[in-house]
Formats: sequence, structure tokens, C-alpha cells
Amino acid sequence: MKVTFRGVRGSIPTPGPSTLKYGGNTTCIEIRTAVDDLIILDAGTGIHALAQRLDPKLPIQAHIFITHTHWDHIQGLPFFTPIFRPGNQIDIYGGLDPVTGEGIERCMKVQLQYSFFPIREAELKTKLSYHTLLPGKTVTAGTASITPTILNHPVLNFGYRVECDGHSLFFTGDYEPPYNIYQPDEPDHNEYQSHVDAKLAEVAAAMANVDALIVDSSYTDQEYLSKRGWGHGTYRSALTMAAQANAAKLFFTHHEPGRTDQELDRLFQQLREENHDAPFQIEMAREGVEYTF
Amino acid sequence: MKPINNSTMDNDELIALVEKMPAFPNSVQRIIQLTSDINSSGKEIVEVIESDPVMTVKILKVINSPFYGLPKKINSIQRAVVYIGMNTIKNLALSVASIGVLNPKNKAGFNTHAFLLHSLTTAAICKKLAERQGVPQADCSDFFVAGLLHDFGKVVFAEFKAEDFRKALQKSAAEQISLHRCESECIGMDHSQAGALLAEKWAFDQLLVDAINHHHASNPHHLLTQCLFAANQISKKMEFGHSGNSIVEEFPPAVDSLFGMGLNELIESWEDLTTLRSEALSFISGT
Ligand SMILES: [Zn+2]
Ligand SMILES: [Zn+2]
Repeated sequence: MKVTFRGVRGSIPTPGPSTLKYGGNTTCIEIRTAVDDLIILDAGTGIHALAQRLDPKLPIQAHIFITHTHWDHIQGLPFFTPIFRPGNQIDIYGGLDPVTGEGIERCMKVQLQYSFFPIREAELKTKLSYHTLLPGKTVTAGTASITPTILNHPVLNFGYRVECDGHSLFFTGDYEPPYNIYQPDEPDHNEYQSHVDAKLAEVAAAMANVDALIVDSSYTDQEYLSKRGWGHGTYRSALTMAAQANAAKLFFTHHEPGRTDQELDRLFQQLREENHDAPFQIEMAREGVEYTF
Repeated sequence: MKPINNSTMDNDELIALVEKMPAFPNSVQRIIQLTSDINSSGKEIVEVIESDPVMTVKILKVINSPFYGLPKKINSIQRAVVYIGMNTIKNLALSVASIGVLNPKNKAGFNTHAFLLHSLTTAAICKKLAERQGVPQADCSDFFVAGLLHDFGKVVFAEFKAEDFRKALQKSAAEQISLHRCESECIGMDHSQAGALLAEKWAFDQLLVDAINHHHASNPHHLLTQCLFAANQISKKMEFGHSGNSIVEEFPPAVDSLFGMGLNELIESWEDLTTLRSEALSFISGT
């Protein structure tokens, strides 16, 4: 299993001299199986760079799994150039939005309208196939199997567990671990806590024993104080998750748009010092860097 | 379950109509307020949804749909929030609110405010009875929801079978016969059957479906149904609101032996029973 980060930024692309090292593209992860199946997690602007590296002479078969339909996770989809060439096969997977009742096809239907984009979906040369996934139900894509789990975010968000070649990875998409909305002295506190604990146990089981755990770690503890409820995790919540899941390697991703290379380096060094005896390795996700498991 | 005997509407049509059914005025208004305030608390959203049978039904319907393939059915709004996220629940409530408000002056002459008070007090009493029987805390909200939704069929009748339901209400009052008997006669189905049919169609937890279905049964089996039976009668006997049915039924043997006493004794042994009514009222009249 080969994993390459194509976009590690949250919210908005941030090109420029202060993001050269970690990269400025929004979320996209490329996974290659041993027989070269192409699995893509999220279609932020990083998917464009990925597309540039594909051989235009060869037919492309790609499986794109969307965690959720916020802009920074789908914006690159219309720029995934294989959709404009005949003969390619692109499968797009995602959940059914509980509020609209619509599946993942909506994220293309909405983007590909003349007001927003020069080409309509009907004009695409490649046939796109859409697949609505059910939480907990495993699907296969080439030689890989993928299982979605609902993770808390302001819209329906799937974390994906990907297994292939005897290795495994879990990507959270955007995820803020649930917390108790009641104070300890309120009558509903204990009941709510029991639901939270059950959900956290379910999430830990979904991530259990992965080789790579890739986690939304947007905020520091300090930043989180004013951003609770926004749907993102912290470095600390990612560390807790990795310990509970018994992961081998933890990647922090969804870097805040304002976070410079220097700041990320400094945060990383600090995190490494604080967690030097953790039973797992830690890494800052960085655009263009490939890992083999 | 037999279908509603009316040539103009079949069960599927009824289910489709309920989709478009608006919620109660006060909760609609409060949801709109809360969703326009970025600092509103999740607690308040949950509280509003839990005090409105229509909102509760519509959220449970989405969360229990096969698309979320849950290992365990979700009966409680709190658990729905943890499972699918506060914002999604908020948006679902807002989409229900955007349908409009339930008309308090329906053609059936059914008092929806009194109905809501009956539903809410039955819910609160049912939950208290569960606690009294030592049901684990996390499961007590199932009892609340059963109380809240047990008469859901009546609002559906008032909304969509207004003429026939009006006749049933009148007959029940005039002849002092239980409303569900009159419904069967005038509509071809009673509200417990209608509620259960809908709950089943929406893939609600089977225990909840059964409790709604059998809340007037002469010999209720499960603990949930037994507590619901008792709660419903207590609420009626105490005249907490009104559900269109004045007949108070005695406890069947199973309910009697569950609590070790009959209806009147149970009420007498309960010191702060009337506070449940004022709590429920404060939910409905808005704070
Ligand atoms: Zn994001
Ligand atoms: Zn997001």
C-alpha cells in the first residue's frame, strides 16, 4: 500500500512562499495498491496535481471516496482531468445527506452548472458512476476494501478505513470528537455521556490497529477554546485517538490555512518532544510525500 | 394491520402526506429562533425537538432509515445527536420548521395544545415509571419517546382525516365510549394502529412500534407497553391536557402486578406528580 498526500490544507488553498514545504492544496490522498489500483480520498484542490501525474495515453480507472461535501473536499473534482477524456472509468463514492436526502452525485450536479463552471455534467466525456455508501458496510474498489464510519462534523462525514495488501489506513475526513452538551450537574449528563462513550468506542473499533491513521488536527488546545462545535479536531484529540486505536503511525492533517511552514515545523517539534515515548510514530502530513506500508 | 378503509386514501398516501405535516407552532418558532443564533446551545435544540411529537417522528425517521444502517435502532434524540452530529439534527429540525405550523384550528375540532400537553406528560410519567422500575438510565429515554409518540396517530387523523375524526371525537364524548373504539368505527382504524403502521414503515424500533400499537390493549406484554399504558391512564386521570378521550381505563392485571398497585394507589403514592404538568407546560408555552 502506497500513500501520497496530494493536499493537506483545510478550508482554502494557500499557495505562497510560507507554505512551500507542507503545501497549500486542500485535502486529497492518493492510495495505490500493489497492483496499482487507484483509490483517492477526497477531491480538494490537491486532486488536480494528482491528475497531472497520470499518463494521458492510458485509460484511467479511479475510485474517489468523498468524506463530506464541504468545499475544501470536493472543489478539485471538476478539475480531475480524466473526466474530460473518453474511455476512463471514474467511480465516486459517498454518503446520503440526511437533510437533503441526496447522494454524492449532488456534489457534481451542484458544481457543474454554467453559473459556476463552463461545462455541464452532461458534457463530460467520461461516464461517472456514483455510489451511495452505508455506514459500516464494506465495499471493494479493485483489490482494496473500504468501510465508512459516520464521524461528527457539521455535515454528514464519513471516516474511511482502507485495507489492501494486508495493510490498513484510516482517514477521518473532518472530525470533531463528540463531547457532552450537558454539565455534570444536569440530569441529562449521564445519559448523554453514555451515548458519547458508545460512539467513541465504535470509532476506536473502526480505526483499530491501522498502519496509518490520518486525522483532522486543525487546532491547538488554545485555538480550540474558541472553536468548539466547529467540527474539527485538535493535535491532542488526534493523539488520544491514535492511542485508543492502537495505530502504528499517526498523521496530523487539515492544517489551518494560516499555519506557515515555520509554525508547522515548530508545532511538530514540540509534539515530538512531548510524545517521544508514545507507542506510535507521528508525522505532519505533507504534500507530495509518499509512504509505503 | 388492516389498511385504512377509505377509497380516497391508502396507506402509502398517508405516509407521503405525513412527510409534509408541519410541527407544533411553539417548537417551530423556537427552532427558527435557535437556528438563527450562532450561540444557541445544543441542549435547547434537543429540548425543543423532544417536546414535539412531529419533530421527533421526523428526525427518528431519518436516522433510522436504512441509509444509516445502524446496528441498533435509535429512539432518543440525544443519541441521534451523538450519532449523526448536532448540526445535522439542527438542520433537520429547521427543514421541518420550514414546512409551516400545525393549524390549531383543524377541521376535526381537535385541540392540539391540550393534545401536546397530554403527550408530554405521558412521556414524562412513562420515563419516571421506567426509572422507578430500575430501567438503566440510557434506556429511559425510550420510555419518554414512547409516551411522546403513543397518540401520534391522532394528530395525523386530525390533519388528514378531519371529517371522520370529528365524528369519532363527538361519538366518544356523547356516548362515553373509548375514542379508539369510535375511530375504528368512523375511520376503519384506530390511532394506535395508524401510529404503529407509520412507525413500522419508518423502521422504528420494533419495541416502540409494539408499544404504540398496544397501548390500549387489554393485556400489554412488554415493560415498555405496560409503563406506557399506566402513564397514559395517569395523565388522563390527572387531567393533564386532553387527548380527545375522557375514558380512564383500569390497569390490566399485568400492569397492576408490575407496580404492585392499581391506578389510584399509584397516583396517591406519587408526591410531585403535578410538577410534571407544570414542567411540560413550560416547554409548550415557551420560556
Ligand atoms: Zn475540511
Ligand atoms: Zn468540513
